[in-house]
Amino acid sequence: MSHLDPPLLAQTERPSLGELFKAFLIVSISGFGGALPWARRMIVDQRRWMTAEEFNEAFALAQFLPGPNLVNFSVVFGLRFGGPAGAAIALIGLMGPPLIIVMILAVLYAQFGEIEILGRILKGITAAAAGLLIAVTVKMAAPLFLKRWNSAPVIALLAFFCVAIMAFPLPWVFVVLAPVSVGLAWFKR
Amino acid sequence: MNDSPLTTLFIYFATLSLFAMGGANSAIPEMHRVAVGTMHWMTDRQFGDMFAISQLSPGPNVIIVTLIGYHVAGIAGGAVATIAMCGPTCFLAFLVAGVWDRFKDAPWRIAIQAGLVPVSLGLIAASAFVLARVADSNIYAAAITAATAVMAFATRINPLWLFAVGGLLGLSGWL
Repeated sequence: MSHLDPPLLAQTERPSLGELFKAFLIVSISGFGGALPWARRMIVDQRRWMTAEEFNEAFALAQFLPGPNLVNFSVVFGLRFGGPAGAAIALIGLMGPPLIIVMILAVLYAQFGEIEILGRILKGITAAAAGLLIAVTVKMAAPLFLKRWNSAPVIALLAFFCVAIMAFPLPWVFVVLAPVSVGLAWFKR
Repeated sequence: MNDSPLTTLFIYFATLSLFAMGGANSAIPEMHRVAVGTMHWMTDRQFGDMFAISQLSPGPNVIIVTLIGYHVAGIAGGAVATIAMCGPTCFLAFLVAGVWDRFKDAPWRIAIQAGLVPVSLGLIAASAFVLARVADSNIYAAAITAATAVMAFATRINPLWLFAVGGLLGLSGWL
């Protein structure tokens, strides 16, 4: 089995609160240009706490709640693996370090007001981050497209088309597509 | 009626968060409208700089609200804005996730879950597309994106190395 095929069963062992905190802390401080690829890498590829499909499901739930996606995800994940304390620990691991870093950056900016060099470095990192997000999208989509044909890939492509190409407002796309998709899933049970 | 800036910040961001479907990035135009236009907390230029700093910082992009709060009311403002933006939705996520896990085998839950995943994937793909379009202002940047995508998909290399290469090429002024 190549590393591109995550295990069919995730480990049954539950992470300790310390492991949860460390995992979300690493995800957080690695997460330039979005933390989703890092969260999936940590949880599916490295720690094997979830299968590829379980991760997709948990992230989809977090995405459809209002508010920041990965922040919601940390609560959903932390609660499932460590109860209320786990939810709090995962959230603190995710939000604590960037909070401190961004405050330091804000103070530096107020002192020097010169972020041009950092901006140039960031341009390169953002280009790489876009590539990383593309790779993780393909990995996440694989279970959907490798299954026997059903409506799911069509829905996914339609959502992509509406938001990326047509630039329709996201809430509208969600309000129209999600019920259709859930309805289709209900009838083909 | 308490009209201290901390109260204003809290009410504004707590309300915004509950309507921020699709994460922090989709709420940025609305934050801009209020912070620059309605409330006159900052200039256009300052808002743009804050967006850049929030991108420079690792972690979730929602961190821009910390900067806005900090600008308005110092450290306490930064803390209040962040808690307001994350608190109510985290509580909601906490309640929903609890119910969700309890009804793991219920048919309605399985159908909703199966229905949400493809929409979610389409939206993730769309944000990858949008991010690439913004980042790839020239052929070199596009080459970094393409090379990173292939390396991250096909190898086990730690993506931080790919970020380091991108950052160095950016520093060199090629992008």
